[in-house]
Amino acid sequence: MNLTLKVWRQKNTEDKGKLVTYPASDISPDMSFLEMLDVVNEGLIKKNEDPIHFDHDCREGICGMCSLHINGRPHGPKQGITTCQLHMRSFKDGETIVIEPWRAAAFPVIKDLATNREAFERIQQAGGFISVNTGGVPDANEIPIPKVIADEAFNSATCIQCGACVAACKNASAMLFVSAKVSQLALLPQGQPERYRRVQAMVAQMDAEGFGNCTNTGACEAECPKEISISNIARMNRDYLNAKLFKDEY
Amino acid sequence: MSNYAKTFSSSLGKKLIMSLTGLFLCIFLVVHLIGNLQLFKDDGGQAFNAYSYFMTHFPPIKIVSYILYISIIVHAVYALILTTGNRKARPVGYAYYKGEANSPWTSRNMGILGTIILIFLVVHMSNFWAQYHWGDLPHARYEVSLTNPQDVVVTPIPFDGSEIAHADYVDAQAGKQVLIAKDLYKIVTESFSQWWYVLLYVISMAALSFHLIHGFRSAFQTLGWDNSKYIPLIRFLGVWVFGVLIPLAFAAMPIYIFLFR
Ligand code: FES
Repeated sequence: MNLTLKVWRQKNTEDKGKLVTYPASDISPDMSFLEMLDVVNEGLIKKNEDPIHFDHDCREGICGMCSLHINGRPHGPKQGITTCQLHMRSFKDGETIVIEPWRAAAFPVIKDLATNREAFERIQQAGGFISVNTGGVPDANEIPIPKVIADEAFNSATCIQCGACVAACKNASAMLFVSAKVSQLALLPQGQPERYRRVQAMVAQMDAEGFGNCTNTGACEAECPKEISISNIARMNRDYLNAKLFKDEY
Repeated sequence: MSNYAKTFSSSLGKKLIMSLTGLFLCIFLVVHLIGNLQLFKDDGGQAFNAYSYFMTHFPPIKIVSYILYISIIVHAVYALILTTGNRKARPVGYAYYKGEANSPWTSRNMGILGTIILIFLVVHMSNFWAQYHWGDLPHARYEVSLTNPQDVVVTPIPFDGSEIAHADYVDAQAGKQVLIAKDLYKIVTESFSQWWYVLLYVISMAALSFHLIHGFRSAFQTLGWDNSKYIPLIRFLGVWVFGVLIPLAFAAMPIYIFLFR
């Protein structure tokens, strides 16, 4: 395959940056999107040019590092996968592909396509944990949890913190990420003691990081590589309003 | 900051305000629609004018009407505040953004739709509401036979600068119910005899339709009302009742008057 890439190049956080066009020739349809970029980068290095910087680590859809906005959509045209799981056979020969970094004030560009997503870490540190050691694996059925609840908590916990929800949202809102992190603990017994303190702390940190306000477009759930549902957002809204308006502080 | 001040300045708190004012406006739409059905009556405006007087003079409704004006203003102002925040959250936009791939058009254009509705409200209220309260309105005298309510004699009282008192009484001797009221009906029918005015209303109701198709359901999501049992009902109400039926019924009024009055 031969493709034309329009890639966002930006020297550093302060640089204005611009889209630069590169040809990508002799690309195998079986390559992953990141392997295709590796090939283009090899060509750039041979020509003594600065290679395109992008985040990646596991390359199997579990770490959440890869983060490319491809042809107008986070993680490209396919649903339920990360950029590293996207293959070139999803594109047509001769196609022009626009590649941009996640766009959000809270995710400043470090260089080219790599963004700083520490804002997510700070939200987690504000309350996305259980303060005590929950001990070893308890006996099965020692604490009964309905299967649907356990499944839902597990679905929420599949979030890999890639930030595609923020990237997809027209408001750059982080609600899907925060609500998944709130939900995975709010659904289970171990998360109950800190349930209402947690949601308030995490929402406060989310607001402080400068993410936008959710308008319930559903773009986040449609683009999430782990297909996390926006019913998590409803749960977080419920818990937050409940905590703020009806619960005593403790 | 107090707990409430903190709550309502948070992103979720501001959204709560949008949601509650929006739902209140939805309830108002239902009341407004039912009342306006009087326009379809072929009684020279007697029922409509009596209703208009009631709505502007019955104290509990007057109180609710102030809550309504506040809701409209707060809904619009908070939309502006939230949108400004959202712009700031993405200072550098995408060169290529394919929103249609992941979200409905209505959900991405609530601001534009809301602006059309707001402009409509200004025109609508200055033409009818402000006219009714402070304008030089003609009056009409209705004499309805007590034995046959279909027998209505209408006498227009054109505005001539003199004060005319509202009256609603039974003249037992003549066997008639007499109503003297501001003739808003005349203003309404005259307005809707102009085609461009009808068109403005129809376009605005289309905007209302799209606004509510997303807005109604979205309000419940913001409140955290989400449950597999009642969400299908909320979705149905949002699309078919608030998104289709209500805007369609409102749009039918100017069209009906244009064609048949
Ligand atoms: S590189 Fe780890 S998820 Fe893509």
